[in-house]
Amino acid sequence: MKRELLVMKNIDKSFPGVHALDHVNFDLRSGEVHALLGENGAGKSTLMKILTGVYQMDGGEIEVAGEPVTITNAGDAQKLGISIIYQEFNLFPHLSVAENLFIKREPRKYGKWILDGKKLHEQSEELLQRIQLNLDPARPVSSLSVAQQQMVEIAKALSLNAKIMIMDEPTSALTDHEIENLFSLILQLKKQNVGIVYISHRLEELSHIADRVTVLRDGKYVGTVNYSDTTTRELVSMMVGRELSEYFPQREHAYGAPILEVEGLSRKGAVNDVSFTLHEGEILGVSGLMGAGRTEMARLLFGADRKDGGTVTFKGEQIEISSPGDAIKRGIGYLTEDRKRDGLTLGLNVKDNITMASIKEYASMLGVMNEGKIEKATSEYVDQLSIKTPSLEQLLRNLSGGNQQKVILARWLCKGSKILIFDEPTRGIDVGAKQEIYELMNSLVKEGHSIIMISSELPEVLGMSDRILVMHEGRVAGILDGPSATEESIMYLATGGK
Amino acid sequence: MKKLELRASTLQQFAALGSLILMMILFSILSPYFLNFDNLITVIKQTSVVGIIAIGVTLVIVTGGIDLSLGSVVALSGVVAGFALAKGASNFVGILIGALIGLLCGLISGVIVAYLELPAFIATLGMMMSARGMSLVLTQGRPVYIPNNKTFNLIHNYNLFKYIPLPVIYFAVIALLTHFLLKRTSTGRYLFATGSNEEAARLSGINVRLVKLFSYGFCGFMCGLSGVILLARLNSAQPAIGSGYELDAIAAVVIGGTSLSGGVGQISGTIIGVLIMSTMKNGLNLMHVSQFWQQVIIGGVVILAVYIDIKRREAQRL
Repeated sequence: MKRELLVMKNIDKSFPGVHALDHVNFDLRSGEVHALLGENGAGKSTLMKILTGVYQMDGGEIEVAGEPVTITNAGDAQKLGISIIYQEFNLFPHLSVAENLFIKREPRKYGKWILDGKKLHEQSEELLQRIQLNLDPARPVSSLSVAQQQMVEIAKALSLNAKIMIMDEPTSALTDHEIENLFSLILQLKKQNVGIVYISHRLEELSHIADRVTVLRDGKYVGTVNYSDTTTRELVSMMVGRELSEYFPQREHAYGAPILEVEGLSRKGAVNDVSFTLHEGEILGVSGLMGAGRTEMARLLFGADRKDGGTVTFKGEQIEISSPGDAIKRGIGYLTEDRKRDGLTLGLNVKDNITMASIKEYASMLGVMNEGKIEKATSEYVDQLSIKTPSLEQLLRNLSGGNQQKVILARWLCKGSKILIFDEPTRGIDVGAKQEIYELMNSLVKEGHSIIMISSELPEVLGMSDRILVMHEGRVAGILDGPSATEESIMYLATGGK
Repeated sequence: MKKLELRASTLQQFAALGSLILMMILFSILSPYFLNFDNLITVIKQTSVVGIIAIGVTLVIVTGGIDLSLGSVVALSGVVAGFALAKGASNFVGILIGALIGLLCGLISGVIVAYLELPAFIATLGMMMSARGMSLVLTQGRPVYIPNNKTFNLIHNYNLFKYIPLPVIYFAVIALLTHFLLKRTSTGRYLFATGSNEEAARLSGINVRLVKLFSYGFCGFMCGLSGVILLARLNSAQPAIGSGYELDAIAAVVIGGTSLSGGVGQISGTIIGVLIMSTMKNGLNLMHVSQFWQQVIIGGVVILAVYIDIKRREAQRL
């Protein structure tokens, strides 16, 4: 048995209103890949942030190589040989690979005042060779692919003598080929006795690398299993705490007449000749790998970006959508993928956010708002969608992810939108609220709304959709019937299979 | 927890008002002349011109923009209005021309920012230079005297009910109307939404370009009005007048709690901000502190105010 490199015992951490980690255990042996699984908000990132000194734990113990340690900042973690490879890289895009590798510890000459460029170059080459990365250290990082940048991050961690490496969703932005390269690098690192904490949502890829798996749910420790002793199904039920079938509410798959017909929608370099029909009362799932052009397609349909070609027919009448205003007028609402970036005004309150698209309807000719009417309408939506907020004046910043999502939904319902585009509807939302969102979507289609649901989570697509549009490299790879589709049939199309 | 947060933010709103009152108490102890009615009226009267443009630029800052051209636009509006009056235009036409020149300058800045998508700092820096240059070109650098014109003079010098100077009335009326615009109309809501999250506002169907154009146009219009008031005060158009007003106005807005990153702000804060600035100047004058030292002190106060503001915002975000 390999020795324990890291032991985390009874780790406890609370934020105002959230018990983020409730006595969680985790350990790591040298030369193993230990996968850390859990839904969004399960506490994976919080646990890792405690390990890397970003957060301080409220209670618990950490031992590294058998010694109890305290980690209060990133420097402590580095000294203990703990490195994290982030989803978003911490590289300086305008500096070269070599400069990035040795930032803050550049080789010097003539005492310590002058940088030694030659030595920097040599040491970088040596380091890159160690992970068999064939790359000119003089290249600026901004010219590298995402995968190459990730390799540079790993090389940097290695040069810091990292014994414990944390990889947070390392494959989320990589192509299949790049993922293979990463996995062979991971196997190499294992041989060098590095312990790897591997965080991922993609259960299927664990089979290539994982030795053990620990599952967290809602901040609680669910269990640790040997990967070879378990099944994907078992892992999923550990993660969600219930069987998949209970997770998605049952619904009749019945939809009405076409409401939106999209023909040849295109934008250079992103979306290519996309055609589909959306029906009344239908949930059309949109699936595909990252970069397949799903969000880009939705933005074109909504008029957020300018399209190069294509027509949209609304209830049999061809319409021109060249701005979000045009789309909104036709009753289309868009719930964006990244709510914080382009959905919410976090500094404004619940009332303002709900009425943001429809404020004109609550104002006189001269634009004077009728506060009473606004109050009445918004409080109705707050009740109807059971948005949990202490008051209508509460700033959006202080609401949970699920409630923020409901506020945006209320914005479109308040505008009378009939066609709703949900882009990753449950991203960043905890498990309980997810189910609530699903139930809301189901009751919306029952009332005759139509939904286009873009999602990267296959169970979600399978559990919710009447039909599933699969995209691959900006094109429609195929449209599947929801009830009969499987993860395999979607992935087959999404990866470009014919 | 929530209650505490609420209390902290209310506290901050009163912090500016509190420091104003404290400052007034301090000055009234230090100088016997400070609490004199005439002195207080003078303070408010001197506040009016910068106050009006500060109200204008509050709108721009709420949308997340900035306008550095305020002082230059004040001067250009005054110069053109002065020329019109010198050439025999009626008072009404003179006022109108001054205001419209301000509006035009603001709209040009607005088009450059909203439609050509230049950074507001650069666009309005350019306008600041060009408008100043234009005033100098038109006047050859010399003041333009307007013919003896008693009625025009009254725009600045008349006292309502014997005591209240007209500029104070303009300031108060504009402040009230703008407050109403910001808080009670859909346009006001659009201004906040645009400043709070421009892309979210756009995707909610708000024409954010038009909203920004409006804010710069409004601000320019206020500068035009200020230019006319100054013209009436001095009886001549000075091409070099108003330099530094933009900084006074922006400082006042920020002291009043309007965030430079947009989305947060109120007219009441701006009023308190300009009052703090002018009270400070007046009090320091009464205490015979030199002009030069005054600048040093005011600079320090601005930095302190913004520091407190930023810390408060950080605390809110946690």
